[in-house]
Amino acid sequence: MADNAQRMDLVTVLRILHKARTDEVILTSMGTGREWQQFDAHPLDFVHVPSSMGQTQSWGLGVALAQPHRRVIACCGDGSLLMNLGSLVTIANAAPPNFTLLVFDNGVYEVTGGQPTPASTTRGLMGQPIDLAAIVHQCGFKHTERVSSLDQCRDSLDRLLKLRWPGPACGIIGVAPQREDYSVRSPGRPQERVKEFAAALQALK
Amino acid sequence: MFTPGEFTDALQSLGVTHVVGVPDSTLGEWMPAIFHSKHLRLVTVCREGEAWGVAAGLFVGGAKPVVLIQCTGLFESGDALRNAIHDYGLPLFGIIGYRSYLNQSSLPGDTARIFTEPIINAWQLDTVLIDSPEKKSLLAEHYRTCAEQQQPGIALIAEGRA
Repeated sequence: MADNAQRMDLVTVLRILHKARTDEVILTSMGTGREWQQFDAHPLDFVHVPSSMGQTQSWGLGVALAQPHRRVIACCGDGSLLMNLGSLVTIANAAPPNFTLLVFDNGVYEVTGGQPTPASTTRGLMGQPIDLAAIVHQCGFKHTERVSSLDQCRDSLDRLLKLRWPGPACGIIGVAPQREDYSVRSPGRPQERVKEFAAALQALK
Repeated sequence: MFTPGEFTDALQSLGVTHVVGVPDSTLGEWMPAIFHSKHLRLVTVCREGEAWGVAAGLFVGGAKPVVLIQCTGLFESGDALRNAIHDYGLPLFGIIGYRSYLNQSSLPGDTARIFTEPIINAWQLDTVLIDSPEKKSLLAEHYRTCAEQQQPGIALIAEGRA
């Protein structure tokens, strides 16, 4: 993982994702959920807040299996991925061709104040940092991309959204931690929002 | 308790579309039949918390999933269950293997039986216990009741082995 000064700004990346999005289902959580709320809402958005940390990719897998005609994008942080690392194997085994996981890797537990994740401070036997993209690839995802610069971000997100190959696909996106206003932000009452989301999934076919 | 065929027939008759879970020595005997069923899709997860998350996404997407895990997996998966069922109010149904219930000599000192029912009560889940062949019909009856009332539910299946 690059130094923070070299990492992309989370909001800038999400803005690119928001602009590239057409009719995909997009689930966000934690930091991505907080920032996604500043953009125009779409009926197929689901901000998974409150969440059970590490479960957003599992929810996304379920939606992708239930709605194979839609492209489903689940956004999580590296801390959330680490909390449910087995979900990578589950997703690869279920092999939904319409599913993309976007991991926003900032190396910290951002919403609790920026404490480093174990992966960000661990080194392999040869001193190398943990390579999340390699883990995803070895788990059996059909396509994995590292996204580390704004120059490549637009093209990468377009590929990962439109899934011009059979998924599941994954993007590991290097972003800098937010240093201010980093707490989780409530998008409103969960039971009403999930009903609206389910209705949109049924209606917009 | 259930033969594999009885179990898959019961789920098929209820319109279940997906079975999401982790095998144990009893539930695992049903999984080949689930896998080969034309009417059910088996989604095997790596850890039980995932099962509630995947089932939540399936339900929101219009499918009719059930979660199939052992009681020890229920212990592990509490926060995922809490989020899906209580935060979001999703009426998910779990079929939970009750480890060693029928034969406590199989794992002397195992505490699974001590904690299973108190934990289910703590999660405020409407539960039926199926501990004899005469009660097998409770699985379908309870599922239908929960589905009609749009409430979550648990069928606790007594097991004789660890």
